[in-house]
Amino acid sequence: MLEIQDVSVVFHQGTIHEKMALSHVNVKINQGDFVTIIGSNGAGKSTLFQTISGAVSPTSGKIFLKNQDITHLKEYKRSRFIGRLFQNPLMGTAPSMTIEENLALSACQGHYFRLKPITHQQRQQMREALKELNLNLEDRLETKVGVLSGGQRQALSLLMATYAKPQLLLLDEHTAALDPQTASKVLKLTDDIVKRHQMTTLMITHNMEDALRYGQKIMIMKDGKILDLIDEEKKKNLTVEGLIELYTSQTHEYNDRILLRNEAVL
Amino acid sequence: MSMTVIIGALELGGIFAIMSLGLYISYKVLNLPDLTVDGSFTLGCAVSAVLTINGHPYLGLLVGMICGMIAGLVTGLLTTKLRIASLLAGILTMTGLYSINLKVMNDSPNISLFGFPTIFSSLSFLGTYTRFILIIMILVVICLLLCYFLKTYLGLALRACGDNEAMVKASSIDADQMKILGLSLANGLVALSGAIYAQHQSFADSQSGTGMMVIGLASIIIGMAFIKKDKISYQLIAVVVGAMIYRGILTIALLLGLPSTDLKLLSALLVIVALILTKIKMRRHRVC
Repeated sequence: MLEIQDVSVVFHQGTIHEKMALSHVNVKINQGDFVTIIGSNGAGKSTLFQTISGAVSPTSGKIFLKNQDITHLKEYKRSRFIGRLFQNPLMGTAPSMTIEENLALSACQGHYFRLKPITHQQRQQMREALKELNLNLEDRLETKVGVLSGGQRQALSLLMATYAKPQLLLLDEHTAALDPQTASKVLKLTDDIVKRHQMTTLMITHNMEDALRYGQKIMIMKDGKILDLIDEEKKKNLTVEGLIELYTSQTHEYNDRILLRNEAVL
Repeated sequence: MSMTVIIGALELGGIFAIMSLGLYISYKVLNLPDLTVDGSFTLGCAVSAVLTINGHPYLGLLVGMICGMIAGLVTGLLTTKLRIASLLAGILTMTGLYSINLKVMNDSPNISLFGFPTIFSSLSFLGTYTRFILIIMILVVICLLLCYFLKTYLGLALRACGDNEAMVKASSIDADQMKILGLSLANGLVALSGAIYAQHQSFADSQSGTGMMVIGLASIIIGMAFIKKDKISYQLIAVVVGAMIYRGILTIALLLGLPSTDLKLLSALLVIVALILTKIKMRRHRVC
């Protein structure tokens, strides 16, 4: 499905600020896999996402999606089959446009040069999709997105990112900016949607419990490298303590309480 | 105030409303300050005047508009493909256009169209209101087309581009393409307005575009101060109403004896006052 071959990303190459953000990363993700990614700040998680989505081009290496080389494909072209969600709930939606206008854009799948307005049938489809969010947004198609709460906006962004059934879904700490209750609601929603459409998904999280609860595999990153990819069998028997132990033993960082902050105490 | 003065003001208001609608696309929809406007307005004037002299007043409007679109395209390419800041890109195109406009006008700083048939003279059977009726008709058609366009998928993509660029960058919309398209469309409308203006005044001047950006901005800000609705249709109406009010204020000022050389200063002051007023209102809103 997704194959990353020997990908390295170096920022500010040749200057004193040179930083190896990704170092010879090799990984293969299977169709339908839901992988959670953990690692401390600066481990290269977001850079990995940016490289997959095309926001950053790799210094060396190749990226394949469904056996197609996408290493040099432009970012907006990749977005037709890669859905993305960010930490900031304000990033995924256009505030002064209505819910239906926002959804219509994500339904386009790259075919924007159409001089047709939204049809009644499409509006009906949007209503059906919005119902699944259980936020009563289906009756508010004409509402400006800017007046919605952060949680509502992130749920809508999630729906938009998955509306056109992307081949790959990238979630970059998409619940980190929400309050705990809303965060767990949005995560549950994410899990539902991913399971229903059997979407191949990568999710970055700083919450060990979430990393264990959701998805089939866990990827551990450090210093631009993938240290481990824990498979389904092994993950089943893993506890938060076990995961932290695994993490610290592999990263040789024993100050885990500082490193993992409050998440570990949870 | 006589009827002729009022109708005259409305005619000019209508012509400048078309220009303001162009500016609405770049300034409000795309959120890009575009200074090409001063140059593309004159370009429309010049092309229209030259073609009118050669006996093609209608073609003058069409070609004028297309030339304006090309000017917008150049600014769009400068700001997207060459990554020049949009403000500077507009100034560069505008500066370049100054020479091009003079070339179009055969190196003379102005062209008189007196005695040549224009779009207005060919419809003179409509009587004294010919000019007014024709301008309003063109304006209504443009408003309807724009209103429809901004609700199509392409229009939505264009609006999203100005509303949340971060979102568009992560989506499958090609933001560069949208910016180029929007700037072309905007400057096409501005040039069309210039083309009509030249035939209306029976005169084209290489300086006639100076300050057009400020006039358009004033119209938008004034209009939005009166009509505060977010819906596209209302916003377009607001821009048109704003342009009419702005013309009205200028006409009254002229009637009260303001020398016409002071008009540009008045325009600038009006924009400053309008901007301050909207700021004060917003602050009050926040306190509440």
